[in-house]
Amino acid sequence: MNVVISNKEGARDPEGETILRDLVHRSGFGDVKAIRAGKSLRVEVEGADERAAEALVRKMCDELRIYNPAAHSLHVEAGRLTG
Amino acid sequence: MRVAVVRFPGSNCDLDAVAAMRSIAGLSPELVWHESDKLGRYDAVVLPGGFSFGDYLRAGSIAARSPAMSTIRRMADRGTPILGVCNGFQILVEAGLLPGALLRNSSLKFVCDWVNLRVDSPRTPFTLLAQEGQVLRMPIAHGEGRYYAADDEMRALERGRRIVFRYSDEYGKAVAGSNPTGASRNVAGISNEQGNVVGLMPHPERACDPLFSPSGSVDGRLIFASLLEGAT
Repeated sequence: MNVVISNKEGARDPEGETILRDLVHRSGFGDVKAIRAGKSLRVEVEGADERAAEALVRKMCDELRIYNPAAHSLHVEAGRLTG
Repeated sequence: MRVAVVRFPGSNCDLDAVAAMRSIAGLSPELVWHESDKLGRYDAVVLPGGFSFGDYLRAGSIAARSPAMSTIRRMADRGTPILGVCNGFQILVEAGLLPGALLRNSSLKFVCDWVNLRVDSPRTPFTLLAQEGQVLRMPIAHGEGRYYAADDEMRALERGRRIVFRYSDEYGKAVAGSNPTGASRNVAGISNEQGNVVGLMPHPERACDPLFSPSGSVDGRLIFASLLEGAT
C-alpha cells in the first residue's frame, strides 16, 4: 500500500513552497504551478486482499497517529512494492 | 586576501566563519548574499554551516541551484579555493562539485560533539600548514553527515588522495569507535580532483578561540591560516 501524508488542502506548506519558488521556478520551470511536500510510506501487508489491506492501513494510521489529523491529510492507495 | 562567506536563507555559521577569519591577520572575510553578483571578485569562498532553505527536499539541495553556485562553479574551475563547512559541504555535494552524498547519521541522531580529525591530505589550500597524519580537534554538529560514496567513487577518492580528513582517535587511528556518524571509511572531508574545492562536516570556525573550546583547541585556525599561506 502507498501512504502519502501531506499538509491539508488550504494549509500552508512551507517546504513545497520553497521547493517551488527557490528551486523549480528559479531554474526556469515556470509552467509548474504548485508543489506540495509530504511523506510517503510504502507498507507491505501480509496475505490480505486489497480492500482489507487498505482498511488495515487506514486503521493503523489512525490508531498510531501516523498523521496528525489536525494538520495533515492522509492518502492511501493500493500499489505494489517495487525497487 | 578577500574571502566571501556566502549567506543563504537559513545559514547560521556565517558570522562565526567571519569572526574566525577576522582573527587571522591578512584575511578579509565579507558576508555575501547568495543572490549577489559580486561573488566573482573574491579570492576564496567559504560556504558556511546552517540549514540553508530549511534543509527542505534534502540538506543543501536547494542552495545547490542558487545563483551563487553558478558563479562558484566557474570559480572552482579557475582554481579558486572553495571551502564548504557542514551544510556548505552538503551544498557542494548536491551541486556536484564534490562526489558522493551526506546521509542521515547511522545513529539517526543529531550528533553534537568534539572529535579528532586526521589530516590525510596536506596538499589542499586549506591544509597546507598541516602535517600528514596530524590530528586536529574540532566540533561536529549535524544530523546528516554520514559520508557515502559508491565503491568505485571511493576508490577514485583514495587513489587521488582526495580524502582530506578522517575521523580518528587521538593517536590518528581511524577506528570504528572514532566514527561518530558511521561515515564510509571514517571520511570527514574530501576535495575535488584539483584539490581547490574542499568540504568537511566538522566546524573549523568553532575551534578558533580558546574561550569557546572545552579543550582550548584552536586547531580550526590551521584551516584558515593555510588558506592565507597558499595565497602568499
